[in-house]
Amino acid sequence: MRTPEETVEEILSLAAVHFKVPREQLSPDDDFFKKLKIDSLQALELLTRLEHHFNIELPDYEMQGVTDFRTLAERIQARL
Amino acid sequence: MLDLGQYTCLGAALREALERWPDETCLIEADRERENCRLTYRQFQEAALPLARGLQHLGFAPGDRAAIVMTNQSKWLISAYAIFYGGGVLVPLDYKLSAREQLQLLAHSKVQVLVIEHHLWRAMMQAEGFKDLGAKTVLVTEAPAGADLAGAGRWEECRASGEPQFVPRARRDVACIVYSSGTGGRPKGCVLTHENYLEQCMALTALFPFWPGVRYLSILPTNHAIDFMVGFIGPFTCGAAVVHLRTLRPEYVRDAFPRYKITYLGLVPMVLTNLERGLRARFDALPPYRRFILNRLIGLNRRLTRRRPNLTLSRLLLRQVHQAFGGELRALFGGGAFMEPSTLQFFYDLGIPVANGYGLTEAGTAITLNDFKPFRADTVGKPLPGMELKIVNPDAEGVGEVAVRSKTVMSHYLDDPELTSETIQDGWLLTGDLGRLDAAGHLQLFGRVKNMIVTEGGKNVYPEDIENSFEGLAVKELCVFAANYLWPARTLRAEELIIVLRFDVGKEFTETWRADLAARDRRLPDFKRISGYVIWDEDFPRTASMKIKRGVLAEALRGKLDRETAVVKL
Repeated sequence: MRTPEETVEEILSLAAVHFKVPREQLSPDDDFFKKLKIDSLQALELLTRLEHHFNIELPDYEMQGVTDFRTLAERIQARL
Repeated sequence: MLDLGQYTCLGAALREALERWPDETCLIEADRERENCRLTYRQFQEAALPLARGLQHLGFAPGDRAAIVMTNQSKWLISAYAIFYGGGVLVPLDYKLSAREQLQLLAHSKVQVLVIEHHLWRAMMQAEGFKDLGAKTVLVTEAPAGADLAGAGRWEECRASGEPQFVPRARRDVACIVYSSGTGGRPKGCVLTHENYLEQCMALTALFPFWPGVRYLSILPTNHAIDFMVGFIGPFTCGAAVVHLRTLRPEYVRDAFPRYKITYLGLVPMVLTNLERGLRARFDALPPYRRFILNRLIGLNRRLTRRRPNLTLSRLLLRQVHQAFGGELRALFGGGAFMEPSTLQFFYDLGIPVANGYGLTEAGTAITLNDFKPFRADTVGKPLPGMELKIVNPDAEGVGEVAVRSKTVMSHYLDDPELTSETIQDGWLLTGDLGRLDAAGHLQLFGRVKNMIVTEGGKNVYPEDIENSFEGLAVKELCVFAANYLWPARTLRAEELIIVLRFDVGKEFTETWRADLAARDRRLPDFKRISGYVIWDEDFPRTASMKIKRGVLAEALRGKLDRETAVVKL
């Protein structure tokens, strides 16, 4: 079982690879819309990558109101 | 299709459709690779009538209002039909609003019935104002066994045997109350009649007909005027089918085209841009010689379809592109916000025409639409049949406020005669948008008269609606504006919200203060966020009742400040 810290770390790494940004530029409390310069559809694309990685299924509504990596990690952690 | 001129209400037209095409598929609902359900018109009727009867048993009477707060799915349409069947008034609410905002609109519309998805109900139960929810009946869909529903009933169990009473309505009776904005400020509940919808449906299907076998992919929220029309009323009154996806992940949307052989899709700029990005990435990944051939074929298609689309030819020339879209796609319907002409041209050159249009909830749905005779990427098309358009107070270049008069224009704003009389004058709906009619009768849009923005996702955002999110900031006064309203720009591009701040004497901007502003901004849905701030050093002009005189303040700001230098990015 992953710890919450490990989950957020893996999310940051996956986001960095997916959106081609240096990993060190991303922090757990970043607003990923602003930091990655993405729209809500691109955020959903990231969610699919995360689903495959963590082998879970997250309904789209779980992303509603989520803007930072840490909260996203909490949502994922709850389903691990 | 049905001759909608013969029906007085949506319930009657839909009832006739269910009888006329019993064995045609009307609904497919999918979630990722799974297909949740596939209903024929007969099965749809079998699902809806016990619900209509169940609602009547619970006291739902003709003229009562019922709200739906759901994502796009089969139960949305089944519930809507059951409501119309009993002569009710439908109040479709945006499921993406916060629970608190939804409660505000439920209170404003005074609904008797609420139909809501379980996850949304869970959020609503915890929201401020929940105890004041006035709906007598709440039906929750897909609630897990044993879930605490706070006294609400289960949608799946609201069934009663026996024939429900069909209650016909007159054409001028209210069909729907649709909120175009106003959650934080002044609710704008557009009261739309059965005639509004029937006329709009006739106008749209005259240009883009549906028929049995046609499949419309419904990804815009059904509460939105566009999807309600082209993702429900339009296809159903023509015997066509609607495909719902429970996820809007781009990869599943792309998969849905070939999987369900989609004919039409309505979308907003954000989705179209996403599709374009995906296609360009695939083109870029091609080996150079194949890319060369593709470019040649696209160029040939562009030349051969300059005057009008030729679906057969385009499908032949660009076979693989069209196969990726299922091979049945005829057109995309674009609207809700500004569409980049280059993106529209990109799709047209591939033989996938985007019927770009313009409309607003207050006008039914669409006012203008491109008819591809010929394709124009630089306009929002010509007025639909039955629409009268005029430009109010045009300047030397013919640009002025767009006004529309037609049978599709709403009756009024709910409980707001003052706003109604400001908006509808002598039968003309003032849209608040700046436009010009060109020599070919096409409408070109140039910006807005009103203080609001429309996002790429097609969301209207009024500054007043988000100001309360910034209450408590350590400033003397604040006011949110659309930047293009403050500094009029003849464009629909670069629409953004900014906040104007007035500090107390002696107080200064600090990093802590900036962090507070950013934190409050982040709590807003992404489409409602501000992009920058302006520091202002004068007290805001106010009315006797202490309301900010926005127009006067805007004038003062634009007189003294320049957008480029005054706005600080957040």
